[in-house]
Amino acid sequence: MLKLDKLTKTYKTGTFGGKLLPAVVDVSFNVKKGEVVSLIGESGSGKSTIGKMILHLISITSGKIDFNGIDVSTLKGKNLKNYYRDVQGVFQDPFSSYNPIFKADRIFNIIRQEFFPKIEDHKWKDKINKSLRDVGLNPDQVLNKFPHQLSGGQLQRFLIARALLLDIQFLVADEIISMLDASTRVDVLNLLVDLKSRGLSILFITHDLSLGYYISERAIILYRGFIVEMGSTDKIYYSPLHPYTKMLMASVPRLDKKWEEVKIELKGKKAEVSTGCVYYERCKAADRKKSCSQKMPGLVEVESDHFVACDCFKKK
Amino acid sequence: MIEKKEKTEKVFAKEPKKINEFLYFALRNTKLKVGLSIVLLFLLLTLIGPLFTNYELNAFSAGSLSSPPSSEYWLGTTVFGQDIYTQFVYGLRATFIVGAIGGGLATIIGLLVGFIAGYRGGIVDELLNMLTNIVLVIPAFAVLLIIAAYLDVRGILMESVLIGLINWTWTARAVRAQTFSLRSREFVDMARMSGMKPLKIIFTEIAPNMMSYLLMALILQFGGAILFAATLDFIGLGPTQGISLGLMMNYAVLWGALQFGSWWWFVPPGFAIMAIVGSLYIMNVGLDEVFNPKLREM
Amino acid sequence: MSLQINNLRVYYQTLRGDVKALDDATFDIRDGEIMGLAGESGCGKTTLGNSIIYLSPPMKFIEGSVELDNEKLPIWDMKKMDKYRFKKVSIIPQYAMNAMNPTRKIGKMISELLDSKKVSYRKTKQELERRLDLVELTHNILNMYPIELSGGMKQRMVLVLSTLLNPSLLIADEITSALDVSTQKAVADMLVEFRNREYVKSMIVITHDISILYQIADSILVMYAGKLAEKASTRVIIHSPRHPYTKLLISSLPKVGVKYSEKKLIGIPGNTPMLLKPPIGCRFRDRCPVAFDKCIEEPPFIEIEKDHFVACWKEYRKNA
Repeated sequence: MLKLDKLTKTYKTGTFGGKLLPAVVDVSFNVKKGEVVSLIGESGSGKSTIGKMILHLISITSGKIDFNGIDVSTLKGKNLKNYYRDVQGVFQDPFSSYNPIFKADRIFNIIRQEFFPKIEDHKWKDKINKSLRDVGLNPDQVLNKFPHQLSGGQLQRFLIARALLLDIQFLVADEIISMLDASTRVDVLNLLVDLKSRGLSILFITHDLSLGYYISERAIILYRGFIVEMGSTDKIYYSPLHPYTKMLMASVPRLDKKWEEVKIELKGKKAEVSTGCVYYERCKAADRKKSCSQKMPGLVEVESDHFVACDCFKKK
Repeated sequence: MIEKKEKTEKVFAKEPKKINEFLYFALRNTKLKVGLSIVLLFLLLTLIGPLFTNYELNAFSAGSLSSPPSSEYWLGTTVFGQDIYTQFVYGLRATFIVGAIGGGLATIIGLLVGFIAGYRGGIVDELLNMLTNIVLVIPAFAVLLIIAAYLDVRGILMESVLIGLINWTWTARAVRAQTFSLRSREFVDMARMSGMKPLKIIFTEIAPNMMSYLLMALILQFGGAILFAATLDFIGLGPTQGISLGLMMNYAVLWGALQFGSWWWFVPPGFAIMAIVGSLYIMNVGLDEVFNPKLREM
Repeated sequence: MSLQINNLRVYYQTLRGDVKALDDATFDIRDGEIMGLAGESGCGKTTLGNSIIYLSPPMKFIEGSVELDNEKLPIWDMKKMDKYRFKKVSIIPQYAMNAMNPTRKIGKMISELLDSKKVSYRKTKQELERRLDLVELTHNILNMYPIELSGGMKQRMVLVLSTLLNPSLLIADEITSALDVSTQKAVADMLVEFRNREYVKSMIVITHDISILYQIADSILVMYAGKLAEKASTRVIIHSPRHPYTKLLISSLPKVGVKYSEKKLIGIPGNTPMLLKPPIGCRFRDRCPVAFDKCIEEPPFIEIEKDHFVACWKEYRKNA
């Protein structure tokens, strides 16, 4: 359904745009129908940038985004509007996603004006009620209220209901539960899985590995704009291969075991654009090879549905 | 054991709607009330003042030249025998017109330039910035002197338009900055994903969030235009026909009111300008307190 | 030497009345103990942390006492508290890393701070450098501006700064929330190291992330809607909690190794109550799966077994 091919985004920074800042480099992956893929990375990994490029909110520097055969980057005007009937996004901060001076249901009215201008009132009302019930909200409790009168969890579900009004096929969920309380996170998470079982494809962007494991079949680990490991969730979590993935796994605070005495190499502030592997500075010396400092390794398939970008591993 | 769970009602604390909250504070703000009253007073004078005068605007009346205020001539007469009160109320009218048109035009241009530059960014922003900087740097008086030299006949409307075309730059800058910051908020992204056109997004999503600023900018432009016009009139670059407060003061000084001590000729118009513009600025400070909760005294 | 809090009540003044943000908090912390303060947003944990050191309007002190090292802290008097701040009790507030003055070099900021506490910068410099080494920051950082540092570096800097004068109590408010996973571990480990080296005697680590507390805290205090729900050692809270809220909270956390298809997690239905007019009795009553008629009365926070406190009518009976 969604195919990314060597997607790249480079920002120009510095005075007069002299310096180049690569945010996303040569990212390629697919998302099939009815599949949940987790895009996992820390800050600066480029995961949100990828999400925004898929949603056509940021321009692409090079590469292609293919949605059911259409090149997303060329969409304009009416075609772009039609694209939004199939693809929508929900973002991290529920309170920032609403215009604070208007009521929350205004987002439904906007959808109606733009996509269903001729629909009759009672039909529209039914549609809204169905959407709200599908996301587990009671229409009487949440309609006609201002955003600050609703909780974060309700607001996020409201946004998902908005996306459902359009019968979308693909949802980009960018850190949608990180600002929610622990007790409401799970409800929104379970909702996503329910929707998946009805055919919705989801790109689940997160920094929290345990969430990625809970809901997705496949996972992609990003570091500083590059994919370093990719494959089925089980394989990545139970046998991580890339040094970065291993470091992530060791750093996640878990409730079933204590952190091992693994020393973490802390990174400095400067993001250097070097020619070698992007993880070279933090990689433990024992694993390093000569080739690591010269060329960024490409993704190789080490076993079925398990790809790594590291010179330590060879093709199967 | 079956546990009976009581269903307690959710007491949603009834929050006063945002609009009411503003009205609540607005009605309690002294600066706002005082400033607004003074401006409205002068506006009232403009509207009904002329009804009270029997004299024609520039009619001479030989026999009562430069006379101080009396029951016959409420604000006295000029050196030509014209009734100052009549001039005063018509002058007020001109002043308000210049404020409205000049200030309004400046605000509109500033808004358009600011919104478009802030929303689009990139090359459009660069070009509009260049335009703003050029207009900012043009010496206004030099331009006006040249225009005065070429146009023999100038009216109030021309003056207002010129003021509007010169004064919009700071509004544009401020609106651009605010638009930049609002544009990166997620609700703008949501609007884009709903297929809204950019202009619609600017006016329905971004502008309403800046309402408080826009109102204050309008008031400042209004006051600024009045002041600018008064200055222009006073140094002789004002309209060649009609009367305004600044023109009154210009004539007063030209025709020796200072030497002859006819204070009634220039004090009323001067005072009126000071009162109106001053009150507008005080209103503005009051409005700032109403819109910005952190400035309110609890 | 330890911290003893008794019946602490702190409300927020608003236009519509007092918000009962912290009601009747009573607990102890021993020397050398790292206590985690956990709960969701609006439960009062930040209020508790702030009231011990910086009780400023709109917070209002109602009643209660805070004793540190057997000395009563005058928390209601901002001026009198000044001589305790940084020296006896110190705080790393939320968003501390964004609270550094962007126009000051870090070294200058530290010297100004020490001056205000009447401590000589020169004499402390050596100790400062030793601490910087401990958190793996170069000494050169003193010559840098905050904008040149990454989030993790700023957080470590603030950690060093807050503990420079060896306070007895350190309150760390959500210091790991805005950090990457790898930096989180490093910063959390440093907290423990500081305690181990006795730079700080005891700590209150405020966070909503219970899994971090499992890694570094000795005991955990769970709060709900302004009241204390349960306090016990970390092992007990995680593995055998007694309060219904704690049980639900722990079981709603996604763990690595748990998939939706294998075991669907459940959240807690409903919302936290508004504290302007809190419900009568137990504040968790509406959402509690085991609430019964006694719950209309407020349950006291009592010790049901050694070092294990709970506020729940259901749980007292079991031990009686």
